[in-house]
Order: sequence, then structure tokens, then C-alpha cells
Amino acid sequence: MGYPHKSHPRETPVLSKHFGDPEARTLDGWKARGGYKALAQALHMEPTAIVDIVKASGLRGRGGAGFPTGLKWSFMKIGDGKEHYLCCNADESEPGTFKDREIMRWTPHALIEGCAVGAYAIGAETAYIYIRGEFTEPINVMEKALAEARAAGIIGKNAMGSGKNIDIWVHKGAGAYICGEETALMNSLEGKRGNPRIKPPFPAVSGLFGKPTTINNVETLAAVPHILNNGAEWYKAMSLSSPKSSGSKLFSVCGNVAKPGNYEVVMGFSFKEFLYDLCGGPLPGRKFKALIPGGSSVPTITIEEAEAIKMDYEGFVEQGTMLGSGGVIIFDDAQSMPRQLARIARFYAHESCAQCTQCREGTAWMTKILERIVAGQGTYEDLDTIFELSESMTGKTICVLSDSCGAPVVSGINKFRGEFEALIKGRRSSTVAVGAR
Amino acid sequence: MMKDEGGKMVNLTIEGRAVSVPEGTTILEAAKTAGVLVPHYCYHPGLPVAGVCRMCLVEVEKAPKLAPSCATTVGEGQVVHVYSEKALEARKGVLELLLINHPLDCPLCDPAGECELQDYTFQEGRADSRYHEPKRFNPVEDFGGDVLYVTNRCILCTRCVRFMEDVHEDAVLCVSERGDRATIGKAPDADLTQPWAANVIDLCPVGALVSKDFLNKARAWELDRTASVCTGCSQGCNNVLETRDNVVVRMKPRSNEDVNHFYLCDAGRLDYRWMNRPDRAEVPKIRLHDVLSPVDWDIAIQEVGGRMKGKRAYVVASPRLSNEALFLLKRIVKQTGGEGVFRCATGPEAPLPGVKDLSLRADRAPNVRGAELLGFKRNDADPLAGLKDGDVLVLADESLGGLDLSAAKKASAIIVIGTTLVDGITPAVVLPIANVAEEEGTFTNLRGRVQRFLQAKTAPGLARPSWYALADLATALGVPSDDMHLPSTIFTALAKSEPAFTGLSYDTIGLRGGLVAGATAGAH
Repeated sequence: MGYPHKSHPRETPVLSKHFGDPEARTLDGWKARGGYKALAQALHMEPTAIVDIVKASGLRGRGGAGFPTGLKWSFMKIGDGKEHYLCCNADESEPGTFKDREIMRWTPHALIEGCAVGAYAIGAETAYIYIRGEFTEPINVMEKALAEARAAGIIGKNAMGSGKNIDIWVHKGAGAYICGEETALMNSLEGKRGNPRIKPPFPAVSGLFGKPTTINNVETLAAVPHILNNGAEWYKAMSLSSPKSSGSKLFSVCGNVAKPGNYEVVMGFSFKEFLYDLCGGPLPGRKFKALIPGGSSVPTITIEEAEAIKMDYEGFVEQGTMLGSGGVIIFDDAQSMPRQLARIARFYAHESCAQCTQCREGTAWMTKILERIVAGQGTYEDLDTIFELSESMTGKTICVLSDSCGAPVVSGINKFRGEFEALIKGRRSSTVAVGAR
Repeated sequence: MMKDEGGKMVNLTIEGRAVSVPEGTTILEAAKTAGVLVPHYCYHPGLPVAGVCRMCLVEVEKAPKLAPSCATTVGEGQVVHVYSEKALEARKGVLELLLINHPLDCPLCDPAGECELQDYTFQEGRADSRYHEPKRFNPVEDFGGDVLYVTNRCILCTRCVRFMEDVHEDAVLCVSERGDRATIGKAPDADLTQPWAANVIDLCPVGALVSKDFLNKARAWELDRTASVCTGCSQGCNNVLETRDNVVVRMKPRSNEDVNHFYLCDAGRLDYRWMNRPDRAEVPKIRLHDVLSPVDWDIAIQEVGGRMKGKRAYVVASPRLSNEALFLLKRIVKQTGGEGVFRCATGPEAPLPGVKDLSLRADRAPNVRGAELLGFKRNDADPLAGLKDGDVLVLADESLGGLDLSAAKKASAIIVIGTTLVDGITPAVVLPIANVAEEEGTFTNLRGRVQRFLQAKTAPGLARPSWYALADLATALGVPSDDMHLPSTIFTALAKSEPAFTGLSYDTIGLRGGLVAGATAGAH
């Protein structure tokens, strides 16, 4: 649902509190809402003290992997004589995910403040916000907010009169999904083709321009000022799943649902309540059938499995999927799962960077098989081939795009095999020699 | 990588074999020392690691995932399995995927028989394919220079891209597009005409980049391969002469870290047709009644001996002759109190920027340094300047092309020791010799590296190896050289009497070369 709209009473609006409020976009409006207090305080703290607070808060990466943020920051050795960089990953391209977009659209200063605190905490004087190229409006909003913050001396040389330098720049991507992968993002920022790099070396050792670099998601960084303002304990206490998952999380909901949109709930919230109450349940006369709960890269689950989920990092894993980016894609009983999964596979085939063999060839092959099944030309062996192909494509490549193509498809076939078999059984005689062996 | 001998050594086990390699070595290189070649495509020791083909996956005990052995450095105590079920399964998967869109046009593909995709598929791949979709099609593209890009066969290992970018330092190739639509792209206005560009053909592990020069000329398994040295310039790049039915059909680089690493320049590799020229001097001849008449070798040698009696030999030798031939010529010069000179064609230098001290050199002959060390005086403009009235002019593999030949009239007789007759010269005797592809010997490159080349084909007619003919000739002139009918024995004599070559022998220089006195290998 578009903004402005009122939060659902069961939501816990921390990051989304000012969504839909145009005044919060301006520097004055943001300050009036308590903005930049955390930064002013942080700039007079020891960087390690900030890292300790973030560590204590239990904040985990909101981009998909869920790596503890404080721990990630602690890998950056302050005073190693090298330039450090902070990259903010705003290349939100995961299908079904649109939370960062709203953070940037409505509360750009929240992200700027988060970046500034983050940069200072890891000993970086430069931060880059790498924004997905299609995000025209968020880019404009961010640029405007950065100009304001710069003019007001909040960032730049001698940020907020602290004697510290923190510069933040927006970099516009060129529309490649893979540039959301952290090392591909760094290559893209450097002006190279956005190909993921082999790890190790990890970014904290050799990242952007070969220098120690930390990459954080928009939502992660935007949460940091709140943690500094209210304390680590507050952040932990809000969660129902403390200490493993803490704080609140924005979930983007799309697909066959009554009220699609962004919802912010605390970790540990009941997914059943989330789906049927907050999101308004299925469309009239329909029933939920399946879900991909963390952006299209995570395994598909049935609605029955989903209803049992406690919404935190571990809760999703327990039901055989992942929290991922929090992009909930819902399919109801009117949808053909084979068709939906073929569409998802096609996305990965289109977006593969073409480096690794398994991904370049495998994603395209998987798409072709799925599209053939959808077209009524599939065979039972095709399903076996998909499973074995997915095996070849998983855990063997530089990045996880290849794994991400296999995960929703294989789990989807496992759970909705009947739909695939129905298409295969009703196989029409072919006009071309498909499967001529 | 393996040179860092002062560094720490790491001990690990690869396929049950204990190896010890310097810290920082990759598993793939370490496996080579254990005698295990991990199958790979994108990895090449001369290029930066890309780690993209995923063919070199190996199982490392206690590691959560299979490791790309080209991009994983060794760790103390590691236990590596190259042929474990997991690793084999992964590589089988890669091979199947590489082949789904690969046209199985091996019967008409040039690299068939020397194709790594064929080799590894045969070794570890599936017998059949499960791919039933139409194959991807892209047209063949002319990349300019000697290079043709057969897009459909490309496995996108990016060796060519990395060579042009990091070694040639002229990044005209790239990967364009994404996913399975990706191909190798070429900058729109650039052709692969850079002086070393054709190396991408050798680097290509499959048949995607093929040589226009070699296109459809021969099958890989029909070729005989001989280690040789390129005669194109004084760099002395190690090469392989490939012959089919006694005809040289291709020249490829042979790796030598001290000279040319893995590369051969385009000028060198394409300059082999002269080795096959048919208009050769095939029979010894002497002039009788102003007509060149075929005679026996013995008679021809006697004739030279007679002509030279009491005369000075003025030898114009080619710097394309071997050290062995030049050494025997030197003995003849000394015996007759004569003079030895040479000239050398020159051209612009063309370095390969990413490799230290590797260049197409200005001196376009392989043995300039050897000629100089053996006392031949260089005179590019007028090699006949020192010829005195009554001298016997000996043209040793030298055609005097482009020179004013009137000076040659001073000579009492002209002896041609060469592969062809010489235009505009009426010789008293012609001794036909083998060319570089037809005999064995050594050259000394500009850094003083003495390198052997071997015989790749047979010489036509009665032509003899240069050193064999010259040994006979020297003997006839009173320099006992009867024991010098083998290049190795000639070289032994050379090393004994020429201080620069002291300590060298065919055994010690092998096929990697040995340095003359005063030369340093430090260049690399």
C-alpha cells in the first residue's frame, strides 16, 4: 500500500515511523523528529565504543545474509594506516523486496545519519551509497538530502564541528541485479563490470579500491541511529526472539494478497498473524497457497509451513526457508506454481553475470526446462534433471546467484510436484522434435 | 610463484602424496608438483587468476565447500582430494554445462585433438547429454589479425580477455552481455592486429579462437612436433615447429620462463613459409665451361679446396646460421687468414608490455650475438667493404639481396653455401645446405642464452646440414675437422676453444638454454 497510510496497530514503526511524511524528508523536519542526535553523540565517542553498542544490540544484516553488524564492523582495524570505506548497499534488486526504497524515499536523512555513524565507527572518511539505477525518485531524494546535510556541515570536512571528516556520495547503478552482491557492487563502483570477486580476500581486508571496506544494507544502517539513541537493551527488548534476532524488521509483501506493502514488525512476530491480520489475508474468494518469504532467492514454502513461522532469522530456517531480505512473495490458489517458478528462473538466467559455468549455463538451462514444462512439453525425467542440475549449481560458484536460482525451484517442485506432473501428464504431442534423443 | 625459495614452505597431502611448496602457492600448482594435473580452463600460469570456469574444483578435507584449486592457496596440513566422488561429480557437472550449448562440430573444428574440452570430457565427463533444448547460435566473427572468433564454441574462460588486458595491456577484448547470452566482445574500432595478439589463439583452451592461417590446414593428430627456436629476431623465442608430411604448417610457442614465457609474436609465428620453399639448391654444383653442373659432394668440396689454395677466404655469413656452422666458418677464416663479416636485417621493436624483457627485437635474425661472439664483424650497410682483390668470397646462407654486387667482382671466386642460388652472382661452387627446420644446432640470443633447435623435416635432394658440409670443407682446407660431423661434437669443440662458451654442452643447455660467460639470467 502506498504512503501515506496509517500503520497497523500491531506494527512497530521504528524505521517506518515517518514514512509518508514529506516533512521528514527535509533536514529541518528530520531534526525536529530527533534526527542527527545520534550522530552528534557518536562523533564524540570512540569508534570502538559504537561498535560495542551495535554488537550488544544484536543487530544483524538486513540485506539477506543476517550477519551480525557489530561483528562485521569489528573486522575493520582502526589505525591500520589504510583508507577505509563504507559502502551502503542500496541496490535493492531482489524480486519482491522494496523496503530500502521506502527508507530512502521518505527518510533519506535516516540513512545519511546511519552511514555517517557507520563510517565513523569503522574508521572510514568516505561512504558510498550505491543505489539501484531504476530508483530514480530515491536517488533524487537522497541527492537532495545529501546536499542539505553537506551545506549544513553535518557531513563533509569537520562533520558537525567534531573535527572528523565524513563524506557520503551517491552512486547510481546501471540496472544489474548482480551488483547487489557486495563484491560485484565494489567492482561496479570502481567502474568495472559488475562481476562478483573471489573471496577471500574478504572486503574487510581488500574491498573497494583494494582497501578495507564494510558493506551494509540500507535498513541495517538506518537502524543504527535508533540503537544509539535508545540503547542496545531497548533494541533487544523490543524483539520477541531476543537475543538471537533483535529489533524490528521491515517486510515487503507482494503478490496475491489483500493489502500488499511494507510492514514493520518486531522479530519473532507470528507470520500467521502477519499474513492474515496485517496483510489482510488472501484476496476475496481465494486461498493462500505458497510463499517465498525472503526475496525470490530463498526456498519456496507452503502456506501451512508459513503459518507455523516465527518471524526471525532462525524461525524461517526452521521451516526450511530463510528470512532473506524480507520480501514476502505470496501465491494464491489461482496461480500455477510451475509458471511462477519458471518466471523466477528466467530472472536469474537473465541476471547471471556469466562468469561461472554452472550459473551462466545452468540458470538458462533450468529456465528452458521449466518453460518447456509449462508449455506442456515436459517429461518426468525433466524433473530429475532439474534436481541434479540444481545440485551442480549449488555451492560451487563464486557468488550465490546460481544457488538462488535452484533454491525456489527445487523446493517448489518438491512441494507442488502435483502441479508439475499434471502439466507433464497432459503433455501434448509436439510439433517439433522436442526431446529427440 | 614457485620461485620464492626463501619463503616459508607449506606441507600438505594431495591425492595421498605429500608435497611441500612455498607459502602462497595455489593448490593447482602444488598438485602439479605431486604429478596431478587438476583439470582447468580459465586458469593459466601467465594470467591473473579469474576462478570462473569452476572446473578445477577439488575437495579439501574439513572445508565446507569444494575449493577452486586455482584460487585457493595451500594451507599447512591440508588433505586434498582431486578425484574424490564429490569433486568428480562437480567437474562432471561443469563439463555437461559447458557442452550444452557447445556445437559438437569437432570433425571440422581445428583444435580438435588438442582441445581441452575434448580431453577433459573424455577423461571425466558424461557419456551423454540430458540437454534437449535448441542450442544457442551466434555467428562467427572476424577479430582481425590472424584471429577468428567462433562464438558458439566459446566457454567464456576469459583467458583472451585477460591476456589482452593484463599482458598485452591493450584491453580491446571484453565479456559482453550477461547470462548465457554472453560472448567475447571486441572494441568496435580495434582489430587484433597488435604485435602479440595471436597468442590468444594458443591461450584458448577450445576452438573458439582459431588461426586464419592454419584454418582447415591439418588435423592436430597428423602433425609432428619439433622443439625449435624462432628465427624471426634475436629474442630467440622457444617454439614448436609443426609439420605434416614434411611441410611446416604451423609454429607455436614453447614455454620458457627465461625467454618468452608462453608467447610468440605474430610476426614470428607466421613467418614459416620460407622453410617450405620449393626452389631450393638441392645438389652440389661446380662451374664447368660457365655452366653450373651437378657433381658429387666430394668433388664439390675438392673444387672449393682448389679454388681457395693460397687465397684469403672472405666469408659473408648469415646471422641465421647456427653457432656450430659459424664456428666452422671461423676456423676456415682463420686458416686462410681471411675475414668474417655479417649483416642483419632490422625492423621496429615490438615489446609485449606485460612480460619483462620480451620483445620482437630490432635485429631480425636469431644468432647475431653468436656471430659477434665468434668474431664476425657486423656491417649492415656494406658487408663486401673489406673484400680484397683475389679473395675467395664465401657466401654462407647470405644472398646479398639489395646490395650493389659490383664489389663482388674483386673476388677470384665465389662459393655459395646456401639453401638457394644467389641472384646476380655466378658462383664457382654451390654447396646446398639444410635450412633451420632441416638441421639441428644452437643459436645465441641477444641476452647470451645458447639454445638448441632440433630437426623438424628432411632436407631436399642432396642438401646437407650446414655444419656437416662445413666440417668437410674445413678438413679439405687443412683444418682437421673430421671428428665434427655431429652438432654435439662441434659444440664441444666450440666450448673448448671459445672462452664465451666455456662450460656449455648439449647436455647442460638442454632445451631451456644455457648462458654464455658474462650473461646474466637476472632479466627475469
